[in-house]
Amino acid sequence: MTHAVQVTGLYKSFGDLEVLKGIDVTVEQGQVVCVIGPSGSGKSTLLRCVNLLEEPTAGQVFVSGIELTHIDVDIDAARRKLGMVFQQFNLFGHMSVLDNVTIAQRRVLKRSKSKATEIGMRNLEKVGVAEKATQYPAQLSGGQQQRVAMARALSMDPDVMLFDEPTSALDPELVGDVLTVMRQLADEGMTMLVVTHEMQFAREVADVVLFMDEGKVVEQGPPAQVIGNPRHERTKSFLHRVLNPTHVEETAPSP
Amino acid sequence: MTTDTTVAEAGSAPRARLSPRKRKKISLAIQYAVFAAVVVMLAVIADWPAIQHAFFNLDEARKAFPDILAVGLKNTIIYTLSGYVLGFFLGLIVALMRLSDVLPYRAIALVYIEVFRGLPAIVVFMILGFGVPIAFQDYEMPYDPYGTVALALGLVSAAYLAETFRAGIQAVPKGQTEAARSLGMSQGRAMFTVIVPQAIRIVIPPLTNELILLFKDSSLVFVIGFTLSGYELFKFGESLSTRTGNSTPLIVAGLLYLCLTVPLGYLVRRLEAKQKRGRV
Ligand SMILES: Nc1ncnc2c1ncn2[C@@H]1O[C@H](COP(=O)(O)OP(=O)(O)OP(=O)(O)O)[C@@H](O)[C@H]1O
Ligand SMILES: [Mg+2]
Repeated sequence: MTHAVQVTGLYKSFGDLEVLKGIDVTVEQGQVVCVIGPSGSGKSTLLRCVNLLEEPTAGQVFVSGIELTHIDVDIDAARRKLGMVFQQFNLFGHMSVLDNVTIAQRRVLKRSKSKATEIGMRNLEKVGVAEKATQYPAQLSGGQQQRVAMARALSMDPDVMLFDEPTSALDPELVGDVLTVMRQLADEGMTMLVVTHEMQFAREVADVVLFMDEGKVVEQGPPAQVIGNPRHERTKSFLHRVLNPTHVEETAPSP
Repeated sequence: MTTDTTVAEAGSAPRARLSPRKRKKISLAIQYAVFAAVVVMLAVIADWPAIQHAFFNLDEARKAFPDILAVGLKNTIIYTLSGYVLGFFLGLIVALMRLSDVLPYRAIALVYIEVFRGLPAIVVFMILGFGVPIAFQDYEMPYDPYGTVALALGLVSAAYLAETFRAGIQAVPKGQTEAARSLGMSQGRAMFTVIVPQAIRIVIPPLTNELILLFKDSSLVFVIGFTLSGYELFKFGESLSTRTGNSTPLIVAGLLYLCLTVPLGYLVRRLEAKQKRGRV
């Protein structure tokens, strides 16, 4: 069986700044892989390299056995297999919710209007915002917008879903709704690569947790191991900071 | 810096001198007084009957109607709108070329914008009206004079509209393109279904402003040279004024321009206020 996603020897630089320094990641079909790590460690860049929103400087990306980084690949066609959900939702502001979830189906997959509407509505129902179909993104709460963004990606029937901190821009009381939908997706067997700061979610839903720091994968394994019992010092201190955000460093010199 | 000293002084001696508020009141009173004096002086000095005869002569005004509407106003509207439509699409194309990854496209767009924004409109109109027909004698411009005028106004306005569109396209968040591309849309598809529609919404106020400017620029197309049926508002008013030796037709033409541009200006302010409130 081919891997759902396979990334080998991935390097990415922005000018002189080397952001990814040799990343290898494999996501099996039906797996949920969570990527955690400090800000600026290159998590978003990794995700964006997987669907080639960023052109890798070196290395290969395979999705369902097709090499996206190959020069001959039709990148627009290949991307259809990858759904992406962004931190800032990025809904199309000039379109209704229903148009948001049908436009790509119609223009890219050439589905008929009725078919696209049917599939779009089914996905809106699945994420619990079907009653907002005729409204515009600006009229929705952040949590609703993010769920519409999920429905929009799901309507393209992706093999793999990529999530880049899908709950980081949300008010705390709206985070739960979005995580619930993601959990449901995972239960249905969707292959997911998720960048997140929600340790509880990673612990409960992920098959593999991957800790990144300074452009490298420092540690990866089942959540019980990486989050529950980290081996590397950097992982430990990161988790310590994330899980005790108000904790004052003991090593701070006292007068 | 003056405010600094005032504050400092006010702090040390609260009621010593004129407070800023009092001073503002006095300054305003002086300005009103000067304004009133100027108005009174003008009213006394001016020869009102002569002014009325030259500029607001009702008999002359009546003579201008209805042709100033049926010919002048009609042509001004047709010229401006046809030029605007052409300039709109040409401007959009130039803006997309300006933002292209392809260097020659960017270069062409830049040269186009610099040339047509830098040249006085009247020079472009003269060249199109006189130079081009001589240089391309075998070709006939369709629908003359409307074709030539639309082309002239379109070419000039496209340069301004291109810069407006570019600003609009750049104001659409990058995430919109990324979301579109991640759904499998090509660069071009993303541009036309996602970016450009939002860019146009963003720049509706400046686009309307440029329509106002074009209404005024259309008064220069007379240099292309038409017969009477092709006269627009300015040329119509001007020729009538020359013939009768009275400026009233020009005043009428001017008022008709204002009838077009003032409501558009109002519309721009409304649209801007609406955008400020966050909804388009
Ligand atoms: N387009 C870009 N141009 C230049 N530098 C970039 C670009 N995108 C990202 N970077 C840099 O790459 C580094 C990694 O960024 P990235 O967004 O991948 O980090 P991250 O792990 O997702 O962080 P966060 O948790 O804050 O989202 C940062 O230093 C960032 O400034
Ligand atoms: Mg990030």
